[in-house]
Amino acid sequence: MTTTRSKTVHSPIFTDGAEFRIPTFKLLKQDGSLYKGGKAPAIGKEKALRIYHAMVTTRILDERMLAAQRQGRLSFYMQCTGEEAAVIGSAAALDDSDMIMAQYREQGALAYRGFTIDEFMNQLFGNDKDYGKGRQMPVHYGSKKLHHMTISSPLATQIPQATGYAYGQKLAGEGHCTLVYFGEGAASEGDFHAALNMAAVHRVPVIFFCRNNGYAISTPASEQFAADGVAPRAYGYKMDVIRVDGNDVLAVYQATEKARQLAVEENRPVLIEAMTYRLAAHSSSDDPSGYRSKDEEAIWREKDPILRTQHWLKSHDWWTDSEEKELQERLRREVLETMKQAQKRPPPALETLITDVYKEVPPALNAQFEKLKAHIRRHPDAYPKSANDPAITGKPANIQKGEA
Amino acid sequence: MAKMNMLQAINNALDTAMAANERVLCFGEDVGIFGGVFRATSNLQQKYGKSRCFNTPLVEQGIIGFANGLAAQGSVPVAEIQFADYIFPAFDQIVNETAKFRYRSGNLFDVGGLTIRAPYGGGIAGGLYHSQSPEAYFAHTPGLKVVVPRNPHQAKGLLLAAIHDPDPVLFFEPKRLYRASVGEVPEEAYQLPLGEAEVLKEGTDVTVLGWGAQMEVIEHAVEMAEKDGISCEVIDLRSILPWDVDTVAESVLKTGRLVITHEAPLTGGFAGEIAATVQERCFLYLESPIARVAGMDTPFPLVLEQEHFPNLLKVYEAIYDSVEF
Repeated sequence: MTTTRSKTVHSPIFTDGAEFRIPTFKLLKQDGSLYKGGKAPAIGKEKALRIYHAMVTTRILDERMLAAQRQGRLSFYMQCTGEEAAVIGSAAALDDSDMIMAQYREQGALAYRGFTIDEFMNQLFGNDKDYGKGRQMPVHYGSKKLHHMTISSPLATQIPQATGYAYGQKLAGEGHCTLVYFGEGAASEGDFHAALNMAAVHRVPVIFFCRNNGYAISTPASEQFAADGVAPRAYGYKMDVIRVDGNDVLAVYQATEKARQLAVEENRPVLIEAMTYRLAAHSSSDDPSGYRSKDEEAIWREKDPILRTQHWLKSHDWWTDSEEKELQERLRREVLETMKQAQKRPPPALETLITDVYKEVPPALNAQFEKLKAHIRRHPDAYPKSANDPAITGKPANIQKGEA
Repeated sequence: MAKMNMLQAINNALDTAMAANERVLCFGEDVGIFGGVFRATSNLQQKYGKSRCFNTPLVEQGIIGFANGLAAQGSVPVAEIQFADYIFPAFDQIVNETAKFRYRSGNLFDVGGLTIRAPYGGGIAGGLYHSQSPEAYFAHTPGLKVVVPRNPHQAKGLLLAAIHDPDPVLFFEPKRLYRASVGEVPEEAYQLPLGEAEVLKEGTDVTVLGWGAQMEVIEHAVEMAEKDGISCEVIDLRSILPWDVDTVAESVLKTGRLVITHEAPLTGGFAGEIAATVQERCFLYLESPIARVAGMDTPFPLVLEQEHFPNLLKVYEAIYDSVEF
């Protein structure tokens, strides 16, 4: 049984979808004033400052940690720079108990939810307090208490998982949804299409949030797809869709707030395409000068989402230059001090090599571990990170635990 | 007890699990009102509703991605991949996501509730793409459990154990036996242990090891060998990952000989792993080389299935040669 509702024609008429031009929703001009006809979402001073703090925290953390990577203190880093409004504006429009599944460039969402500088640092340095037990590369954060799924490197795998997670939320009936972040490059993966189609078919409360930041490493969006961005794909799945100015925190907030309503109240999945720009390199291992111009970057620097938000705050008299200065200095100091402490902490216990593969360690893996320990005892100098581990020395560990 | 074929036993296990826990969900291609192409999920949608047993779009990577998310949320998904041959679009979700979910999050999140069911194996004139035995690919992935039942009683007990197990389980069902294998199955809930092999028959001359549909082949091959006066010890491995090294090694220490058989191609097959481990554990006790009777290193053929297949004559010959070495 086909379900097409189209009418019949008797000559071969092709269509190219040009009639579906999707507009870009904007509220906030760069000077902090609203576009004519635009109505700002109801964000009070307290929430506005929470959003802004998260933006500045993210920017400063990114600047400092990239510098730390350049100094050789950190193996790898990825910045959110330029995309803070897209990420934090959307996270702020959710309920704090909604699930967030991120790609890897959305640390702003965690900062908004209250992930501390200390928690960021422990993961970045993979020390004994890292919730992920030093197993993943830097920026693969996760927090159960903040309802933020641990990040994994493979691209787009989180998208159908978000559909599944949100289906479970729908059955649980507690009024929660899942928001999943991904880039316009990841949207080329099969998992993206699978996820949107399944969400539409099964009416799942999930928000697909695409950060169209112009580049997948070096590949420009123009070589990623021939269509007008990612948004038109929603029509193919019969899904609500909106395109927003990703550097406009108010537009992103309002779009996400409405999307959440559709998701939670009507079980309608939504696709949001946020048009933004990756001002930073893809990662600390990338150099954008090989594939894009300084002029292009300069155009986007003029559209800085944090400055735009700051201008908006000032237009309400919610923020001053001296408060800005104080916040920046405090955050820089905190980042530096916390980094020093995190770097000094010991590595995860040797036992974390074999735990959590399964709930219980299988006998064969235990046997491999016994063999390894005996080997390390014979060659302690070759294994400086674990030669003094309790599993090797037999002395009890100094265990620190907090809620993850 | 009731007489059931393997499909009925699997259907009964799913029914039992869904009745006991409303968070258990069954889904996959054609799994809904139709009950699956093999009818393993018959009547489940009628009984438990469309929200708990449903069709998915035709996209294996989506099915497993969706299942991973559901399991992470705390649901207990039982996802069906219609044929094991079609599991590969989901390989990334299984190998990079399912298997690593708990480890990479430091145990903050896990998909332990997930069970993936897939019919596997040849002997049904299925050709290249309805006959494969892909267990070795997954056996190479720490974090997964891989289980293969041999008969209806085992299928129900192992499937219920897989659904309850705190780790994700791939449950490969020998489709050749779906209707061919019939036996007594308790109607109440019961679980059989994962990670434990079962000695089906004690013997002294040679250990013959397999799993799933190959156990039926072994049974007949051993009958032939015993007519020659060879005493065979028969072991069903049941769990490919983690596998029960102790039970197998103990048996080989006694018999001094080992024949392993599986349908999957020889090279890179799981028999190689078993042989390597057993020679480590039993080196001084071995009286003949460990024999592997497997599918040939070719895609699974159609017309010449018997020639390709590790059938009873080939297994019998391997047993005979092992003892006569």
